[in-house]
Amino acid sequence: MAELTSLRMAVESLVRDGDFVAMEGFTHLIPFAAGHEVIRQRRKNLVLVRLTPDLVYDQMIGAGCARKLIFSWGGNPGVGSLHRLRDAVEHGWPQPLELEEHGHGDLSNAYVAGASNLPFAVSRAYAGSDLPRHSDAIRFIECPFTGERLAAVPSVRPDVTVIHAQKADRKGNVLLWGILGVQKEAVLAARRAIVTVEEVVDELEAWPNACILPHWTVSAVCRVPGGAHPSYAHGYYERDNLFYQAWDAISRDRESFLAWVKRHILETDSFEEFKRVLQEGLAKEVG
Amino acid sequence: MSAQHPFTAAEMMTVAAARLLRNGDVCFVGIGLPSAAANLARLTHAPDVVLIYESGPIGAKPEVLPLSIGDGSLAETADTVVSTSEIFRYWLQGGRVTVGFLGAAQIDRFANINTTVIGDYARPQVRLPGAGGAPEIATCAGKVILVLRQSARAFVERVDFITSVGHLDGGDARSRLGLPGQGPVAVVTDLCLMTPDSLTKELTVTHLHPGVSAEKVRAATGWNIRLAESLEETAAPSFSELETLRQLQRRTALAHGRAPEA
Repeated sequence: MAELTSLRMAVESLVRDGDFVAMEGFTHLIPFAAGHEVIRQRRKNLVLVRLTPDLVYDQMIGAGCARKLIFSWGGNPGVGSLHRLRDAVEHGWPQPLELEEHGHGDLSNAYVAGASNLPFAVSRAYAGSDLPRHSDAIRFIECPFTGERLAAVPSVRPDVTVIHAQKADRKGNVLLWGILGVQKEAVLAARRAIVTVEEVVDELEAWPNACILPHWTVSAVCRVPGGAHPSYAHGYYERDNLFYQAWDAISRDRESFLAWVKRHILETDSFEEFKRVLQEGLAKEVG
Repeated sequence: MSAQHPFTAAEMMTVAAARLLRNGDVCFVGIGLPSAAANLARLTHAPDVVLIYESGPIGAKPEVLPLSIGDGSLAETADTVVSTSEIFRYWLQGGRVTVGFLGAAQIDRFANINTTVIGDYARPQVRLPGAGGAPEIATCAGKVILVLRQSARAFVERVDFITSVGHLDGGDARSRLGLPGQGPVAVVTDLCLMTPDSLTKELTVTHLHPGVSAEKVRAATGWNIRLAESLEETAAPSFSELETLRQLQRRTALAHGRAPEA
C-alpha cells in the first residue's frame, strides 16, 4: 500500500546499507532526486543494478555508496566516459567496485524473470561472445524440447526499486508514459518500491492500457517536482543536455567531484534546495 | 577529388552508410554515427524505413538527431513506444528486425565487435562503456552494418574482447553456432567500404571513397587488409544527400547546443 511521504522519510525507512538497489529509467525519468537522497543519507555497500548507470550512479559510486554494479552500458550518453565509474573500476576509488556485465536485452529480460517470480531468464544471445567467459551470471542451457543452446541469466530481484514517474493520484496509483524502459518490470521484481512523481492529482485520467502501477505495488510515493533533472520528464521538462556535458569536467577529477557533491548534495537538505544551489551556480557562471 | 561538391570524410562515411539501408528495412539503430546515417536514409531514398531504438520507440522519425538513445524526440515521433524488454524480446529476438546498424570502438578482420575493454579484462588499459544492446542485435538482426572511423587502433587483427559476435574466426563459424542472423555484411568507414568475403568472411575493401588511396587504407588498418580485385570508387555524395545531411546537423546543433558526430 503506497504511503504518500517525503523522499527523506522514504529513503530512511526503505533503503538500507548493503541493499540490492535498482534505480531505473532509460534516459527518461531517471530518479536523480532519490539518488541524491541516498548519497545525503550516506548509504553504504549497495549493490546497484541499472541498464545504463548514467550520471545518477556515477554520483553514487563516486560518493562511496556502492560495492558492486550490475549493468549493460556505462557511459555518459553523447558525451563520453563516466569518470567516477572508471576511477572505481581502474583504481578502486573511493572503494573497489565489482562489475557484473550484461547486454540490454538479457538484463531487461532478467527484470522480467524477477517480476515473474522465476529464477532465471533465457535468451538467444552470447554464442561467440567473450562476455560469458568473464561472468558467472551468463551461462548456457539446453532447451528441453528442441535441444537448442540458449543463454541463461539469473533473475534480478532487488530489495528496493526506485523510479520517477509523471503522476500519482492521492491513493498512490502511479502513471508514467513516454519511454518506459524497464521501470514497470523493476518495480514488480522488487520487494519494496519508491516512486517519486512530478505531481499528485485527484484523477489520473489515463486510458485503460496506460502504464499504471497500482498503489498496492508501491511502498512509498513522494512528490518531487523536477526530480528527474538533468534527465527529462515527458510532458514536463526537457533533458538538460548542457548539464550532461558539464558533468564531464565536474567528474573528471576527484577534487572537483567531491566539491560538487559537498556543495550540491551533502550541504543541501532536499532536492528543492539542490535546485536552488544549482541555479545560483549557473547564474554566477553567466553573470 | 572527383567530387562536384566539397565534402568531408565524415560526411562521405555517413552518406555511404545511409545508402546501404533500403526502403522497407526495419532497422535497429545504435546511437551516434549509425543514428545519423539511418536518419539520413529516411530523409532521402528510404522514407519508409522503420527505425527502432533500444529504449523502446518503433518507427521513430526524429526532426533532430538524438543526443542519447532515449531522447523525447524519438518517443514523440514514433508509431508506438514499448518497454525495453519488449523491444528485445518481441521485436528483435522475434525476428522482425532486418538490419542492425552499429558502431564500435574496435573491430577485427572478421568484423567481431569490441565495446568492453582495450587490454586484459581484469586489468584493462581502457575501460569502454560495455555491451549495450549490441550482443543481442549482432545475434538476431537479419544482417548487421557497422559504421566507424578507421584507424590502426580501431581496426585490429584480433579484438581484445568479443563483446558482440561478427564472423568469429571466419568461414561458416556463425552458422555452426546456429546464430539466427547473417552478421556483419558491410563496414563503412571514413576511408572506404568493406564487405566480408563470401567464403572466408575476411573483411575486404570493395570501394575507396573519392580521394582516398589504398595505401592510406592499409596504413589505417592493423592487419594486411585485402583489397578486392575490382576495386571501385564510392560515388561522391550528391548535392541532395549533402544538403539533407547538413540541414539535419544544423537542426541538431541548434536543438542541443552542439552537433553530434557527423
